[in-house]
Amino acid sequence: MTRLDDTDARLLRALARDAGQSTAALGQRFGLSQPATWRRIRRLEEAGVIRGRHLKLDAEKLGFGVTVFLGVKLALRGRVSLEDFERAVTAIPEVQTVEHVLGLYDYRLRVVARNLPDFERVLRRRIMTLPGAGEVEANVLLSEERLAGPL
Amino acid sequence: MLDDDDRRLLRYWQAEPSLSQGELAERAGMTTGRATRRIARMQELGVVKGVGVVIDWAALGYAVEVSLRVTLDKTQGNAFDAFMAQARNVPEVIELQTFLGRVDVRLSIIARDMAHYQEIYRNQILMLPHISEIEALMHVARIKTSQGVPL
Repeated sequence: MTRLDDTDARLLRALARDAGQSTAALGQRFGLSQPATWRRIRRLEEAGVIRGRHLKLDAEKLGFGVTVFLGVKLALRGRVSLEDFERAVTAIPEVQTVEHVLGLYDYRLRVVARNLPDFERVLRRRIMTLPGAGEVEANVLLSEERLAGPL
Repeated sequence: MLDDDDRRLLRYWQAEPSLSQGELAERAGMTTGRATRRIARMQELGVVKGVGVVIDWAALGYAVEVSLRVTLDKTQGNAFDAFMAQARNVPEVIELQTFLGRVDVRLSIIARDMAHYQEIYRNQILMLPHISEIEALMHVARIKTSQGVPL
């Protein structure tokens, strides 16, 4: 487990908001030289604290007006292979995230679609036909906030 | 609003968000100048909101992630606003979403271990106003995390 000092935490917070800033600009903000800033970021990447980068797009402006979260329960009839389900669900382009969870559902999916009819098409043709898919619950996303977390 | 060249740039960019504009231009088969102009325009339009780093909370010692699905007491007129305002103040809440469906609000919570989670749940979450029901989904694994839009 990696421990962060205050400067790491502030750096990480700034990078989560905007990773496009130059290391020189970031360094200036936090009173570090450009190489020192670069080394800190490098260390966070090597430690796996920074898992990667993510392009933030406005899905709505790209014509994808509907985001739906689906809770999927696998059907217990017959033998269900988690690998088969996971492989098939991951291949659906409209499915943005797949999480394996424990509780009321087995999987949580984030699905993006152009509009409700388009969502219905994805649901009927692609989700409901997945190997092992049982009960499905849908909740339409209205708003979303990402918070800084305990940094 | 966007043409095929724009979408091609976005496809490469969302697949590899750490690419420089020069590298992106090369993949998309256009000059750097042309790619830079298109990217600048998409940023102005708000289609591209930027690049952020993805934090791996597990690498920072937060081994537990729980998704709490909350139903609010809607007989209280300000239930949503009051709940959201206070939930934002819980440091371990990293995501806050509102829905149309059976679930009203979903919180993503991270904790160091189950004892820590229990403490957050009892002392902070159950203190939030206007909750009528809570269901917990315990996070087991991330199978797909692209968050990309099918362009």
